[in-house]
Amino acid sequence: MATGAESVRVERATKSSRIFAFFAAALLAGLVSMPWWGDAGDMRLVGEMAYYLALAQLWNLLAGYAGLVSVGQQAFVGLGGYALFYLTGPMNLNVYLALLIAGPFAGLMAIPVSFAVFRLRGAYFAVGTWVVSEVFALSASLIAVLGAGSGLSLTVPILQEISSGRDLRNTILYLMTLGASLMVFAIVYLLLRSSHGLALTAIRDSEAASASLGVNTFRTKFIIYLATGACTGLIGALIFLQKLRISPEAGFSINDWTVVVIFMVVIGGIGTLEGPFIGMLIFIVMRELLADYGTIYMMLMGAIAIVVMLKAPFGIWGWVVKRYDLQLFPVGRRLTLVPPDDSPKR
Amino acid sequence: MTLLRTQNLSAFYGDFQALFDIDASVEEGETVAIIGANGAGKTTFLRAVAGALSTPPQTVLFDGQPIGDKTPHEIVRLGIAMVPEGRRLFPSLSVEENLQLGSHSERRGPWTLKRVYELFPRLYDLRQLPAPALSGGQQQMAAIGRGLMSNPRLLLCDELSLGLAPVVIRDIYQCLGVVTAEGTTVVLVEQDINRALDASSRFYCFQEGRLALTAPTKDFDRAAITAAYFGL
Amino acid sequence: MDWINILIQGGLLGGFYALFAIGLSMSFGIMRLVNIAHGDLIVLSAYVALVVTEDTGLDPFSSLIIVVPVMFALGYALQRGLLNQTLSGGLLPPLLVTFGISIIIQNGLLQGFGAYDHRLKEGFIETASLRLPGGLSVGVYPLVVFAVAVFAIASLQLLFYRTRLGRAFRAVSDDADTAELMGIDNRKLYAVALGIAMIFTAIAGVLFGIRTIFAPLAGPIRLILAFEAVIIGGLGNMWGTLIGGVVLGVAQAVGAALDPTWQILAGHLAFLAILIVRPSGLFPRTRD
Repeated sequence: MATGAESVRVERATKSSRIFAFFAAALLAGLVSMPWWGDAGDMRLVGEMAYYLALAQLWNLLAGYAGLVSVGQQAFVGLGGYALFYLTGPMNLNVYLALLIAGPFAGLMAIPVSFAVFRLRGAYFAVGTWVVSEVFALSASLIAVLGAGSGLSLTVPILQEISSGRDLRNTILYLMTLGASLMVFAIVYLLLRSSHGLALTAIRDSEAASASLGVNTFRTKFIIYLATGACTGLIGALIFLQKLRISPEAGFSINDWTVVVIFMVVIGGIGTLEGPFIGMLIFIVMRELLADYGTIYMMLMGAIAIVVMLKAPFGIWGWVVKRYDLQLFPVGRRLTLVPPDDSPKR
Repeated sequence: MTLLRTQNLSAFYGDFQALFDIDASVEEGETVAIIGANGAGKTTFLRAVAGALSTPPQTVLFDGQPIGDKTPHEIVRLGIAMVPEGRRLFPSLSVEENLQLGSHSERRGPWTLKRVYELFPRLYDLRQLPAPALSGGQQQMAAIGRGLMSNPRLLLCDELSLGLAPVVIRDIYQCLGVVTAEGTTVVLVEQDINRALDASSRFYCFQEGRLALTAPTKDFDRAAITAAYFGL
Repeated sequence: MDWINILIQGGLLGGFYALFAIGLSMSFGIMRLVNIAHGDLIVLSAYVALVVTEDTGLDPFSSLIIVVPVMFALGYALQRGLLNQTLSGGLLPPLLVTFGISIIIQNGLLQGFGAYDHRLKEGFIETASLRLPGGLSVGVYPLVVFAVAVFAIASLQLLFYRTRLGRAFRAVSDDADTAELMGIDNRKLYAVALGIAMIFTAIAGVLFGIRTIFAPLAGPIRLILAFEAVIIGGLGNMWGTLIGGVVLGVAQAVGAALDPTWQILAGHLAFLAILIVRPSGLFPRTRD
């Protein structure tokens, strides 16, 4: 009896991810067309959701995949914002050009930062990144040309470079934010699908083992740290472009840019692509519901994060995955067995 | 009387099953040896008895009491002590502090610091030194002393001879003989089959997590042991 | 630039930072837990003292009689009830749970006391000063704080090296698994450890609340200062933490002498510089 050897095939997509892709496309079409059927308030809210989602995906990439739990990403938000304001203000650059430079600038700043913080591990790394952010914030508050303690404002001529009409301007800003968020998501997604992503998962599972297999853990982490720094900077620039003002306290606010983001990722599901979506939605919904109870709301988020960490460390999405074996964004690799050829028996 | 009994004892590390339905027993005052190749489950067995691995309560009975799900420190209080594989003395503590640590559970009995030093006189000279400064054999004596300080009814010894020279091993087993002469029950895991069989009255042979053979050591057929050891 | 003055002021400030750091250092040394809520617990202690002094009329120093046991109990409960469950899950759970606790404390204080500044009043000692030979004068209060820091560290060393409990702490810090096999109840020990850490945190909080105005969100900077003192001094070494605090204090004093708004920044920069040049600190002792 002759049988061919079974072979394996590597597949990416799952049935659920194919269904989901269809719905996602529909949702996207709706969001992109919003300027034509929604109002300024709607666009502002969706824009906010978009940039929070981007920040959450980036933090998740760092912490959930690369194992770099940073409590200092707000540094890059502020750096991107200040870069935009400085380039358009004192340096008098075109606003679009400034936007293009802001991200890479923040990414470049990640290089010296990493010299210091990569010396630390684990929770010490976390607090170290926080110190670095404080250094940036304090420095900004002492530099006169950056407006010192009061910060800088965007003047009308700068805004007019985007468009002289307010509605068109809002539309452009909204679409830019949406586009940037999508781009960030695409970068994270493609990264995780690539061999770098495989390296990351290996590092996440066991740094020692992956190092012994030849994965250059330092270089992988370094590149990820730079990339997320740059993307976070770009998002920061877009955020403050719409806020029209930046100050050291707002630009480098740990509460606004890190605490909230961490809660989103942890509650939604750390280490998954779907988690940040869920976490962001929960956060926004709860905020709208409890709008008048700022401190109670934060205490509640804190308590939920604690409970999630203790009872369901992989977050809501992690729980769903365990129960239903779903994956909407295919980054994993599944092995399927290809049956041997049928040979006629003699 | 039966001091220790295991019934259907299985143990897992995550998804990996290390022990399969081990039925074993140790009478009070006996010295029982557990032999087997690396990875056979010998240390896992000791750790399960000592409480480092949680198992269903009835699978391990000590003096008739189910202890399978008890924590290690509760089990020390009941009278089981471990001399761990590789000694595992506390590096920040001196030799004497390591011994004193052994009596943390404050069980009453004949073993005091003074008696341990009588058993291992060399340790008295070395008592102020940090534990890592000792030679392998001295560390092993200190580890045994530390275990004795809790005045155990049952002493679990994991690989006493590991990494030691034959003459040192001989000394250690002589001291162990003094301990057993006092009536302490001993279960010892040993790679050195001859040592193990010389020191014990009964033995269990493990093979890939299963019990392959058990018998009194006196006059037992070495060929049969070898076969069981290697799973032939 | 009056260098002697800078050195003295900075050095004494180091006593404060060392006091801040003790609790953090204990947590990490014994439980391998970096308590992100540590700074907020210092501030919480100050608020507890505030309530006690207002309700009982006691002065802040005396209020410690109540504040210390309260904070001990809180630490014990926190570790036993919550933090012990995070210890086996890897890096993220302890970090994120203590982070969550930090947010809850901050917002709880905001809710309860409002976003206002408060201060504990101890009276004349706050401004009294001592004349030293050479025309220098030193504040009595900073001297007291430094002395308390030295006394605190000395008593902790006594605890660690001369008592049964301290022996158990050191054993668990070395090898928690084997410690348990020797009869130590790790869970209870960790709870006692955090309780004791909170005793020093409470003292630090009260002393700090007398000297500086505090508000609900004053926690994070205290955590950072404590953290910097520990890292500069080197992990696993309490006296090293004192020296780390002094180095930090002196760096800040130098910065402040150049320009008062540069004080904190100067400290951060010194910390980063030392981190780059000597990542394990000045006198490291833990093997990790």
